[in-house]
Amino acid sequence: MTDIAAHPSHFHAEDGHEHHHDADHKPPFFARWFMSTNHKDIGTLYLIFAIIAGIIGGGISGIMRAELAKPGIQILTMAWPLGVGSVATMDEALHHWNVLITAHGLIMVFFMVMPAMIGGFGNWFVPIMIGAPDMAFPRMNNISFWLLIPSFILLLGSSFVSGGTGPGAGTGWTVYAPLSTSGSAGPAVDMAILSLHLAGASSILGAINFITTILNMRAPGMTLHKMPLFAWSVLVTAFLLLLSLPVLAAAITMLLTDRNFGTTFFDASGGGDPVLYQHLFWFFGHPEVYIMILPGFGIVSHVISTFSRKPIFGYLGMAYAMVAIGVVGFIVWAHHMYTTGLSVNTKMYFTAATMVIAVPTGIKIFSWIATMWEGSLSFKTPMLWAMGFIFMFTVGGVTGVLLANGGIDNYFQDGYYVVAHFHYVLSLGAVFSLFAGFYYWFPKMSGKMYNELLGQLHFWIFFVGVNVLFFPMHFLGMQGMPRRYPDYPDAFAKWNALASHGYEIMAGSMIIFFVNVLWSLAAGKKAGDSPWGEGATTLEWTLSSPPPYHQFEQLPRID
Amino acid sequence: MLKTIRALILPLLAMVAGLDAVPSLAQAPAAAVPAVAETSTAPAPVSTPAAAAKAPDIVHVAPTPGIGQPTESINLQPQMTPIGEEAVRFHDYILVPMMFIMSIFVLILLLWVVVRYRSAANPTPSRTSHNTIIEIIWTLFPVLVLVAIAVPSIRLLAHQYNPPKADLTIKAIGNQWYWTYQYPDNGDFEVVSNMLKEKDQVKPGERFRTDADGPRLLAVDERMVVPAGAVVKIITTGADVIHSFAMPAFWVKMDAIPGRLNETWFKVDRPGVYFGQCSELCGARHAYMPIAIEVVSKAQYAQWVASKGGTMPGAKPAANPDATSPASPATAAAAEPVPTAATGPTENVTTAAPAPTSQPATAQN
Repeated sequence: MTDIAAHPSHFHAEDGHEHHHDADHKPPFFARWFMSTNHKDIGTLYLIFAIIAGIIGGGISGIMRAELAKPGIQILTMAWPLGVGSVATMDEALHHWNVLITAHGLIMVFFMVMPAMIGGFGNWFVPIMIGAPDMAFPRMNNISFWLLIPSFILLLGSSFVSGGTGPGAGTGWTVYAPLSTSGSAGPAVDMAILSLHLAGASSILGAINFITTILNMRAPGMTLHKMPLFAWSVLVTAFLLLLSLPVLAAAITMLLTDRNFGTTFFDASGGGDPVLYQHLFWFFGHPEVYIMILPGFGIVSHVISTFSRKPIFGYLGMAYAMVAIGVVGFIVWAHHMYTTGLSVNTKMYFTAATMVIAVPTGIKIFSWIATMWEGSLSFKTPMLWAMGFIFMFTVGGVTGVLLANGGIDNYFQDGYYVVAHFHYVLSLGAVFSLFAGFYYWFPKMSGKMYNELLGQLHFWIFFVGVNVLFFPMHFLGMQGMPRRYPDYPDAFAKWNALASHGYEIMAGSMIIFFVNVLWSLAAGKKAGDSPWGEGATTLEWTLSSPPPYHQFEQLPRID
Repeated sequence: MLKTIRALILPLLAMVAGLDAVPSLAQAPAAAVPAVAETSTAPAPVSTPAAAAKAPDIVHVAPTPGIGQPTESINLQPQMTPIGEEAVRFHDYILVPMMFIMSIFVLILLLWVVVRYRSAANPTPSRTSHNTIIEIIWTLFPVLVLVAIAVPSIRLLAHQYNPPKADLTIKAIGNQWYWTYQYPDNGDFEVVSNMLKEKDQVKPGERFRTDADGPRLLAVDERMVVPAGAVVKIITTGADVIHSFAMPAFWVKMDAIPGRLNETWFKVDRPGVYFGQCSELCGARHAYMPIAIEVVSKAQYAQWVASKGGTMPGAKPAANPDATSPASPATAAAAEPVPTAATGPTENVTTAAPAPTSQPATAQN
């Protein structure tokens, strides 16, 4: 059964009865989960992986918020890592902080949001939505997932080996040279770089798989312009991955050779330039933030349409707005570098180009609202997350317009306003869309309904928590608090204390989430094929819940 | 027109030998050496004692609450420069209203659909999925808003990059984890600026922070002193890793990058002391290398310069004869402007900093 995806057409000729028997024939446990070629199983593995990584990354932010709750150093002087080491000096304690911010950033980006969005929901639903039996390259799909495991182990393991001042890589997720080269002795940064190489390879393979699947394996009649928006969003995302990740791979490979083999790509004393690294990194890094949010756009479109019982408003505009965001996302990277000494003309260009992104983003926001307009709205948990996403992403978006201005960045660059901004678009944007997708598709994936009361409770407490957590960071940034600081002048204490309380609220809501998931998996009501009613029009709702092990042995025809 | 100056550092040695000179892992621990002594207050050479013999230091002012330092306010810090004032007007009167209006507008629309189009109020959904007119409107309207933002934004940028002629140039060098300030216009003396520790963190007899020095984590032992009303050009560079020279009250932030010279400027009329903090992750004590700039009258500035063993440009050499002599001991670091056998090659435009870790760089003029 390994080559089922290679020739989808042959299913036309097959005998229906025999295949229904085959369709639910699952391999034994080890073969099914460790040698999987099934897109739904691999998607499930990705989701489990992302949840575990999210717990670790979120736990790290808990340590950070505990440290920042009061001025002074209280938490970092405790033993490291995980209580097995000891803290010899204050410098080592402070280095722990840099390790924490590095790990939090890398884990949330590469091991939580991306695996959940693209690996998890993308794997699960892109083939189904386009009417394909599986991904184009099922075995490559498997290696994409399994590359993430050693990658994650390398990253976590790096915090147990020397990173110069103390154990762990303390470079920030941006890994700027020369802090990451001459500034960080020891193998920790090498391990982190290798971890990024593996995660990047995993994503590139995944991107190739998605592009091939979407371009070649759509069901008869499903033209690109009839394709569901989530599939569109993953298609655009896959192109962004394919074009940006090799640049990251090149940049961090140069870091490796600078560190270990005496090259000086990023060292001026040998003719190199530290700013070159930043250009390369952000040429990847800016598309990366759209990689994290675009699939969320797709998810939100489906949820809004389903619970408004209306087709999506301005479908073509929505699809091409995502294409436009993807294209423009490649030509705005230096707005992350306004204080590195760019020339005035360069700054003017990047200011203007960056603001252009607000136009397609605005189209999407307004089209979602227009989809709800004259709809018949029911406020189930996924809809709450999607509507929360629209508002919170708007707030994060307008602060992004402010930060786009090169002349304004002399004040805000590398400050807490930036931290507030990107957490509004990611922690309240991407993560809200992840929860929207999770609740929306949970009945389809598991065959069980989640508990609606717990789901709504989770939303409202999380919503309050993250706003209490992140909104005061705007105020800190307005007063000039720099980011990546474990300790701060006492004037910043008030809003930091409030933010830490926000974390407690948010963490409380996550307990509700996990209780809900575990309880629903064990004892949830059985879900029908299409629990959301007539508003859910994409192909996954035509299948059983959970779908058969192999779906679409007869390819669906789209009119 | 002010432009970023790219300092081109030639390899110190021939290409082959250059591989050995690369600051590789083997050299990195050396960079950390000054900082490892955990109880020492000054990881860098202290520049002041020799100057004490020259002239008395000025009386340094205490900070004014709410000025030049953060508060619990939710507004921007009060701005002390014309650029800062222009930027605050742009922020307060254009950007913030735009952000509020857009956010509230979306919120109101959301609340409206919740109330009006909930399934109880509107059981039958329409099937409308296109409206070309409205789609054109919501594409063009943001474009107009963005143009309205872009015009003052570009103007602000142009003003930032069009400074008046500089009266004074100061080179700010970021080190792990302190700042050094060189005054090339005043005899090229150097000031080493370390954060002041709290009373319970220092050994008996060492200097600790008082409220007159400034708030915790912001006060430094040696401030950058500049004359009021002067156009001050700041050249930033880094000695080891990238740091960022930031002064929120002046609307100034410029990265200090090893191997590069970056340039920014400010002009402040109000005497007083202002605080900023390193704004690019630079290692363990990133949070502990604040920037303090004291703006003083011209007369006080001349006195302060003399107390550091420097000279005022254009001043009669006789006014302070020994300060101009090559033997001036004011600077302890290798940046001594006069070539001496002890310090090796001089450097003036090269950015290899005078910190103990820097390689002896050959000047490239």
